Amino acid sequence: MNTIAVNTAHSEPRDFLCLEETHPHNGTLLGFWLYLMSDCFIFAALFACNAVLGTSYAGGPSAHDLFDLPGLALNTALLLVSSVTFGFAMLEMARQRKRAMLGWLAVSGLLAACFVGLEIHEFMTMIAAGAGPGRSAFLSSFFTLVGTHGLHVTVGVIWLVVLMVQLGKHGFTEANRRRLMCLSMFWHFLDLVWVGVFSYVYLVGVLR
Amino acid sequence: MPDRPAIWNFLLGRLSLSSLPLDNMIVIWTFVGVALGGAVVLGAITYYRQWGYLWNEWFTSVDHKKLGVMYMVLGTVMLLRGFADALLMRSQQAVAFGSNMGYLPPHHYDQIFSAHGAIMIFFVAMPYIAGFMNFVMPLQIGARDVAFPFLNNFSFWLTVSGVVLFMTSLFVGDFSHAGWLGMPPVSELRQSPGPGVDYYIWGLQLSGLGTLLTGINFVVTVLKMRAPGMTLMKMPMFTWTTLCTSGLIVVTFPILTATLFLLSLDRYIGTHFFTTGFGGNVMMYVNLIWVWGHPEVYILILPMFGLYSEIVPTFSGKRLFGYSSMVYATASIMLLSYLVWLHHFFTMGSGADVNSFFALTTMMISIPTGVKIFNWLFTMYRGRVHFTVPMLWTMGFLITFPIGGMTGVMLAVAPADFLLHNSLFLVAHFHNVIIGGVVFGVFAGINYWFPKAFGFKLDEFWGKLSFWFWQIGFWVAFSPLYVLGLMGVTRRLSHFTDPSLQIWFIIAAFGAFLILLGILSFVMQIYVSIRRRDELAVGNDPWGARTLEWSTSSPPPPYNFAFIPRVHDRDAWTDMKKHGYQRPLEGFNDIHMPKNSGAGVLLAALGTIFGFAMVWYIWWLAAVSFVALIACAIAHTFNYDRDTHISAQEVARFEQHTGNWEPKAQGATA
Amino acid sequence: MSHPSQSALEHGAAHHGGHDGEHADHGSLRSYLTGFVLAAILTIIPFWLVMGHVIHDTQVTVLVVLGLAAVQIVVHMIYFLHLDTRSENGWNMLAFIFTIVLVVIVLGASVWVMYNENANMMPMSPQYQNHQQGS
Repeated sequence: MNTIAVNTAHSEPRDFLCLEETHPHNGTLLGFWLYLMSDCFIFAALFACNAVLGTSYAGGPSAHDLFDLPGLALNTALLLVSSVTFGFAMLEMARQRKRAMLGWLAVSGLLAACFVGLEIHEFMTMIAAGAGPGRSAFLSSFFTLVGTHGLHVTVGVIWLVVLMVQLGKHGFTEANRRRLMCLSMFWHFLDLVWVGVFSYVYLVGVLR
Repeated sequence: MPDRPAIWNFLLGRLSLSSLPLDNMIVIWTFVGVALGGAVVLGAITYYRQWGYLWNEWFTSVDHKKLGVMYMVLGTVMLLRGFADALLMRSQQAVAFGSNMGYLPPHHYDQIFSAHGAIMIFFVAMPYIAGFMNFVMPLQIGARDVAFPFLNNFSFWLTVSGVVLFMTSLFVGDFSHAGWLGMPPVSELRQSPGPGVDYYIWGLQLSGLGTLLTGINFVVTVLKMRAPGMTLMKMPMFTWTTLCTSGLIVVTFPILTATLFLLSLDRYIGTHFFTTGFGGNVMMYVNLIWVWGHPEVYILILPMFGLYSEIVPTFSGKRLFGYSSMVYATASIMLLSYLVWLHHFFTMGSGADVNSFFALTTMMISIPTGVKIFNWLFTMYRGRVHFTVPMLWTMGFLITFPIGGMTGVMLAVAPADFLLHNSLFLVAHFHNVIIGGVVFGVFAGINYWFPKAFGFKLDEFWGKLSFWFWQIGFWVAFSPLYVLGLMGVTRRLSHFTDPSLQIWFIIAAFGAFLILLGILSFVMQIYVSIRRRDELAVGNDPWGARTLEWSTSSPPPPYNFAFIPRVHDRDAWTDMKKHGYQRPLEGFNDIHMPKNSGAGVLLAALGTIFGFAMVWYIWWLAAVSFVALIACAIAHTFNYDRDTHISAQEVARFEQHTGNWEPKAQGATA
Repeated sequence: MSHPSQSALEHGAAHHGGHDGEHADHGSLRSYLTGFVLAAILTIIPFWLVMGHVIHDTQVTVLVVLGLAAVQIVVHMIYFLHLDTRSENGWNMLAFIFTIVLVVIVLGASVWVMYNENANMMPMSPQYQNHQQGS
């Protein structure tokens, strides 16, 4: 260890400088985690609106009239399975097996795309039945909360496609590994938010 | 939509010639002034061939110090704009009595108070604190840059995007009439069909995203990039408050984003969150916006508390008294600030139990704040206090801010609030804490860190003049408002009938005039100091300060520290000086630095275009700019080459000549 | 290093030249499958409770559904997001706890406040009528 030892009359020598070049820790994963925490607050505001406005039907259809629980179960399963397949992709990345990893990523992306497709279908059905977001405050909060989650999943799918291209091109570089870890956190986080959505908005919704 | 061929409606949305406020002489003259001034500035830049320099050295810079300086310039420009609004309001209220309606019609007056509030918070106070945090914090922790240098540049330009939209509203269309928080139902489409509220929404959405990114960036910077040996309890106080403020930004700004998003859904696609029909609930907006709004005022004041905690020990020649209590007070303010929001709407009718809870938490939050005040006083006690300009501002704060705090405790008493709510007493209270706390802190900080940023001190005479004009002007302007508020005068009125009130408004207007002299003195101070910069030039540590930013050159080199410091004590620089530290002149290494990038400017510009298109319902442009925004953002991720090196020779060249760092391409420095 | 006895907090700021993010826990096949099975069970139960009208008292069903959701969120956190006290020197965990506390405050207090606002200030609402009858 190189040191600059400066000895003065009244004190012991101390080294005040790092004479070798240092590399601070990369903060991307922590930063992305903080972004996810901030996203929790967007969802918190939307959940709070749903809690407050969830029974303001304004004479329109109620949650009980509208929600299709078997369809919801299918959607939930899609998202949960895609979470696990994404986990498998991460395991393949740890083993440096590019093709297997890209395969699992593609499976995860397809499952999430199906989820978004089913959700769009659900929305279109409701709007066609006259239960659009402008019908009542309840429907406004429903469409906004579920739609915001769906938008996040859509962004996740786009990001996944871009990242697959980058992984294919540059392989397991440090930057790419970090990006994939961020996307993995994002992916699992959206599944976690979905637990809140199906439990509170749908299941509790039909009960109240 | 205006009555014209459909193609024009497609191309221009609802924008038309009648959107220009050609009937309003005040706005026209302002426009002429701004256009002439702008033409002179742009012409001068072109004439002196400075565009390349500005673009390469400033606009695309990822250097936290340059971004900090740009934030300070932005804040100052917007301070002039926001203060012009204040002068208009004060002069209107001083004359508009009885048959005299004043010179501002209510329609215009409402825009002015909305713009004044929103600009002063979002585009004056926020850029100023972002500027200080940017410039000072990485230097204080002994880092070379922030954790995400490109994001830092992007955040700045997003803030500028918000400013551009707000300023555009002055000349194209109009601004929101709905107050600085855009409260429904006034801000709903039925009551405000014009573009004003949309300007407000998109301006805040863009700049709010920038603020959130800044918050994340700085939390990670403080947690990950501190110099070896700097444990949490050895961090300078300003770094602590930066950490807490950034943490608060991360947990509150998303709520502002979500709330404004819901309001825009109401306005654009006809949902019913905050409307008065179809089950909408106006009170929910008030609730949500204050969940963000109250922590926001602590976001503003905490960095200032940190800044005073650096200035007081420096000019008292002592360690900060009660460092750990200061840390715990900051942390508890951070948590408590999230538990008090309802005190902004005691009168909305939540009942005695809810009101009591929030009244108690509100009173509790004054305790850690009081701890801080006593810590500063005890730091000064038996110290050798130097009455420099930063210290004068700090002492002005120590007198002014606690009085504002105490009137705040009065407002926290829910029954009293039923009388004082929405009155001029409230207006006086929050100006008392924001001017006395934040604005005084900004000027203290500018005077304190200016020599670090530019290598010369600011002129003392004009600095003191500015301080006394502000300090006296503040009390002359706002004491009358306390009196009027106690008499029951409500805020946001453009005309009064009771002539006995007029004298108070005239006194207040005179106070605003004194503050104007204070601001002009500040501008003069900058001008005079630049002219006399050779006389005012100082060394690296002009104040005998205690923290690491004073251990490097003034101005610091792009890499901040040739060697990363190693920290042993809380006041790291004092410790180094005590042990006879000497700056090495050889043995340098190559230094790894982030590359400049124009992507931030480009993305923010596309964001601005998108916001403008949304305001005017120009759907094709909104779609195009949105797609372009996403495409550019994705394209940016394909750029893996983001680093550069500063060679050991260049470092040596700088370190051996203590003069200014001269970039290779350009000869000039700021 | 001249100061080997650094505390845990100091460790977070020390420049060892390492990239601790790269050593992040990717979990194992076992952890993902455990998480999947637990999450599936914790999803099926609430669906069954609601679709099969198993419990007659709606209030109890609501509480059970919400309780299971909370448990499932913890399961996701542990098995999918690999949250533990070690990652990023505990800062991830601290940020998460801070977020949960504040989210609970935002949700709980908003509902509490808005319930009272509605009860007191919305004269047409059923709560108001109950309030009138009660007083």
